[in-house]
Amino acid sequence: MTLVLFSYFAAVILISGILVVTLANPVHGVLSLLVMFFHVAGIYVLLNAEFIAIVQILVYAGAILVLYLFVVMLLNLSGQEKSHNRQYLFGSFIGVTMFVELIIFLNRSIFSGTIGPDTVEKIKTTGDTQAIGESLFTTYLWPFEVASLILLVAMIGAIVLSKNGILRDTWGDKK
Amino acid sequence: MVPLSYYITLSSILFLLGVIGVLVRRNIVIILLSVEMMLNATNINFVAFSHYFHNIAGQVFVFFVLAVAAAEVVIGLAIIIALYKNHHTINVDEINLMKW
Repeated sequence: MTLVLFSYFAAVILISGILVVTLANPVHGVLSLLVMFFHVAGIYVLLNAEFIAIVQILVYAGAILVLYLFVVMLLNLSGQEKSHNRQYLFGSFIGVTMFVELIIFLNRSIFSGTIGPDTVEKIKTTGDTQAIGESLFTTYLWPFEVASLILLVAMIGAIVLSKNGILRDTWGDKK
Repeated sequence: MVPLSYYITLSSILFLLGVIGVLVRRNIVIILLSVEMMLNATNINFVAFSHYFHNIAGQVFVFFVLAVAAAEVVIGLAIIIALYKNHHTINVDEINLMKW
C-alpha cells in the first residue's frame, strides 16, 4: 500500500518537475510546481512528518507560489519568445553526466548511520509537532534565532529593493 | 515498507531536474522556480533520513530550509522587479550588465 502511494507521488512529482523545466509559459510552470508541492507534502505524510507536510502546503503553496504568480502577472510576460537558451546541449550534457554519477553513487552506497532515539512509536505518543517543537526550542534554539534574523534581513532587503526612490536618494540620481 | 534508497533516488532526480532547469532556461522566474525544486529535493532527503534513522533533527532542518527558501524568494523576486523596471526584460541572455 505504501509502495503504491509512494509510486503515485513520485510519478506526479517527476512529471510536474519535468513540466516546470519544459513549459514555455511561466504561469503554467508555477501551476505545475503547485501540483508538485502538494505531492511532496504527500511524501512527507508517508514519512510520518505531518507537521512538515502542513507547513509545506501553507508556506510553499500558500505563500511562496502566490508571490511567484503575483510577480509573473505583474510583469505581464508574453511567453512568446524562445524559452531555452544557447546552453541547451551543454545543460543536457551536464544533466546526463550527473544522472550517471548519481546512479553509480546510489548503487555503491550503503545507507547506514547512528540510529537516534526518536522512533515512530515514541513520536506518536506526543505527536510530531510537539517533538519538533521540543527539539527546536532546546537543542536548536540558537539556529532558530538566526533564522528569524534571516527573515528580518530579507524583509528589509525586499522593501529597499522594490520601493522607488530609496536607492536613488542614497546613491545619487541615476537617470 | 519503501526502502530508503527509493526516496534518495526520487530526491536526486528532482535535484537534477532543478539543475537542468537552471542551466537551460532563459526566463529568470523559471530559474528561481528550479531553485525551489532543488530545495524541495533536499527537504525530501532530510525527512527521509529523519524517518529511517529515528532522529527528529532532520525535520527541524527542513524548517530552517523553509525559512531560507522564503527569504530567497522574497529577495529574488524583488531583484526581478527592480530589473524589469530598469531593463524591461527578464531574459537572462539580455541581462549582461556585469559582463566584461
